[in-house]
Amino acid sequence: MGETIKNRYEFVVLFDVENGNPNGDPDAGNMPRIDPESGLGLVTDVCLKRKIRNYVETVKEDAPGYQIYIKEDVPLNRSDRKACESLGIEETDEKKVTEALKKLKRSDPDADVKLRDYMCQNFYDIRTFGAVMTTFVKASLNCGQVRGPVQLGFARSIDPVISQEVTITRVAITTEKDAENKSTEMGRKSIVPYGLYRVEGYVSANLARRVTGFSEEDLELLWEAIINMFELDHSAARGKMSVRELIVFKHSKELGDCPAYKLFDAVEVKKKEDVEYPRKYNDYIVDIHYDTIPESVEVKRMI
Amino acid sequence: MGVGVKVKVWGDYALFSRPEMKVERCSYDVMTPSAARGILEAIYWHPGMRWVIDKIHVVNPIQFTSVRRNEVKSKILASSVLQAYNGSDKPLYISSKADIVQRASLILRDVEYVIEAHFEMTDRANASDNPGKFKDIIMRRLKRGECFHMPYFGCREFPAHFCLCGDEEIRTAYDTVEEKDLGFMLYDMDYSDLNHIEPMFFRAVMKRGILDLTDCEVVR
Repeated sequence: MGETIKNRYEFVVLFDVENGNPNGDPDAGNMPRIDPESGLGLVTDVCLKRKIRNYVETVKEDAPGYQIYIKEDVPLNRSDRKACESLGIEETDEKKVTEALKKLKRSDPDADVKLRDYMCQNFYDIRTFGAVMTTFVKASLNCGQVRGPVQLGFARSIDPVISQEVTITRVAITTEKDAENKSTEMGRKSIVPYGLYRVEGYVSANLARRVTGFSEEDLELLWEAIINMFELDHSAARGKMSVRELIVFKHSKELGDCPAYKLFDAVEVKKKEDVEYPRKYNDYIVDIHYDTIPESVEVKRMI
Repeated sequence: MGVGVKVKVWGDYALFSRPEMKVERCSYDVMTPSAARGILEAIYWHPGMRWVIDKIHVVNPIQFTSVRRNEVKSKILASSVLQAYNGSDKPLYISSKADIVQRASLILRDVEYVIEAHFEMTDRANASDNPGKFKDIIMRRLKRGECFHMPYFGCREFPAHFCLCGDEEIRTAYDTVEEKDLGFMLYDMDYSDLNHIEPMFFRAVMKRGILDLTDCEVVR
């Protein structure tokens, strides 16, 4: 592991979608999420985190220290059990493990911290986003909640988006019985013709130093993952999605130099005057008001 | 009475989960004292001090919206894990579908509060610590926007922007509402016995937009 990060960061990501559905709303039949009052499109934090995890998993292929805890198709407890094994517990029976852990706790009061550190060292997403590891708690060990240094908000579109319903047909019929009566099946997909979304994030150097050991290399990987999060994630539903801007604010200190909202307010994204219906990235102007940003804060446009 | 501060906090969304609705999370109408304490601790905390929330001013009107997300239910049947473990040669997988649930959250939109709080010294303070020192650090952090980690409204995906509140008089959306009874709300968790952490509740009555916690009766 490299050096733990020493600076607080804030970042703004701008990404857009063309003829696709960036994040379906289970409450609305998988139509794109839209705030009903403002008409602005939404993409949840967990959706973006999933993309980042997937990218890291694909690129690192489970290299030591870069495993992913919340995977598709692997039970969580199995990863927990790996932590137990590292402490010399190799029981497979649930009850025996619990007893072994209790015994361990009596003989080694720092056992839970060791387990926590083991998890942080091995799993990139725990180092980054944290995890709730209450699966240990039943065994009187409290690895509890690891708060990761990286915090993401919801992404919101700059302007109201419309969701367009596209009806499609397919010639292959699923069941024999239907095939007797009809020759095509109708399907539906919802798309956003165009939307530019903005999401804001935070990196706390203190949590990295005290808890998870999130390092400079991890941070580089995080930026890489954010820039490429849609590149390995193409699908029929998502259309064309791309990250257009990643603006990183690097504070000179661990605690930061100025309030986050001032930095975010300095990034202004707006439609060009003469554009009525934005349909491409060039319909927007991105302005960074450097005069409102303290000199000690370093601004980097990563793309 | 210790040293008091007034902190203005605001954000796009907030979710202060009601304990009785934890699966499909549903937010309280206003911030709980426990969430307010968490916000202040994110800005500054030290074992030698303890934050006490005095008042919460509800500046913006209470508005809800709903979000449904795919979430992980992190506990899996021990038996299926056993199977996965005992079969060392054959990779036994659990489909992620079994591990994922869709849960709705009823969350607050466009919130703004002013937290009035003070801190008290605890016996874990070092010899060199004194209220004046803590106060200076806190004021400096509030003015510069420094924080240990970004505070949040109930959940980490709802960041809370904060600044020192310099207004003498705080206007709220409920200035004209004499009394709004919000029912029983979580006051905070009682951590005095770490093996049995107990919740404490209080009867929340918002008077002219202010939740006064200075002498509320705590029910366990």
